[in-house]
Amino acid sequence: MDEPSLWIVLAVATGATYLWRGLGVAVASRISPEGDFASWMSCVAYAMLAGLIARMILFPAGVLGETLLEDRLAATAAGLSIFFIFKRNLLLSTVAATVLFIAIIAVRGA
Amino acid sequence: MADTAPVQPFASEADAFRHGLRDALGLPALVLLASMTGFGSLARESGFTALIAVLSSAAVWALPGQVVMAELYAAGAPLLAIAVAVAGANARFLPMTVALIPQFQQARTSWRWRYLLAQMISVNTWALAMRRGPSLPPEQRAPYFSGVSLVCMGSGVIGTACGFVLAGALPRVVTLGLVFLNPVYFALLFAGVRHRAGVLALLIGAALGPTIHLAWPRWGLPMTGLLAGTIAVLLDRAWEKRRG
Repeated sequence: MDEPSLWIVLAVATGATYLWRGLGVAVASRISPEGDFASWMSCVAYAMLAGLIARMILFPAGVLGETLLEDRLAATAAGLSIFFIFKRNLLLSTVAATVLFIAIIAVRGA
Repeated sequence: MADTAPVQPFASEADAFRHGLRDALGLPALVLLASMTGFGSLARESGFTALIAVLSSAAVWALPGQVVMAELYAAGAPLLAIAVAVAGANARFLPMTVALIPQFQQARTSWRWRYLLAQMISVNTWALAMRRGPSLPPEQRAPYFSGVSLVCMGSGVIGTACGFVLAGALPRVVTLGLVFLNPVYFALLFAGVRHRAGVLALLIGAALGPTIHLAWPRWGLPMTGLLAGTIAVLLDRAWEKRRG
């Protein structure tokens, strides 16, 4: 495919994303930082991110869709357990969950 | 690491910037390097040039939107469809920006600077700034956030380039592990949120998100955010009232 169309695709994707960022700054300048609207927006953001993460684990798009749901859930559950058992250690739990996931799919593939 | 960092102001604005660099240099940088490696490979398979792939990581700076862009481009979708799909995938930036940017306003940062700071927002940089920012004096927040963002964006760009070069060369199991790292790291990152309204929003969002997504694949996430975020705020209020 030709080069110019790729540049336009990039510009369109950048614009479609910056639209939300720019709108966010414009809205933010009109509200009080500690007000009700700010705390509502923060909850909306947390909820959207949690929904996105849950979707990425339960119904992944792309290559992750080749793996089994129970394997993804098992590795996530193990990571969360380790996180809370080991005083919220993010590094340990992230590495453990990922290594466990790789081990499970390697064993299944063998 | 950010979790164990003492909650106290830094010596100066330059010091806040340096601590931002340092807080991002561990796990956040590694996760970005790894997940953007996945995107770099996808971009190459989708017919992107190396330059476009790397530029998109700095310009779009939002992995789900970049993935949508690459997949639709490879499928030969029209521009308007790509614009709508990317906007849908990245709509979370509206509430994220509205929640974060007021942190910087008390320090009388110029409006141009705020529009630039908004470009640096990603899940990683947002989570670090939301956790650390409020405990800092207002004038140290933007420097801290800039330090975090510089390292994160740098790692993302380097990861994209690595992925582009390595496409097809990594063992399948490793590629899958790198792709899985992203959601599992985010799940654990947000498991560390402690304030009640945030925890409620995360739990309700995680419960409703997948179901709503099945009903409305493209705009399910904004719907989830509005619905679950509003329920979380109302529950938090009701809880507060009952306590008196």
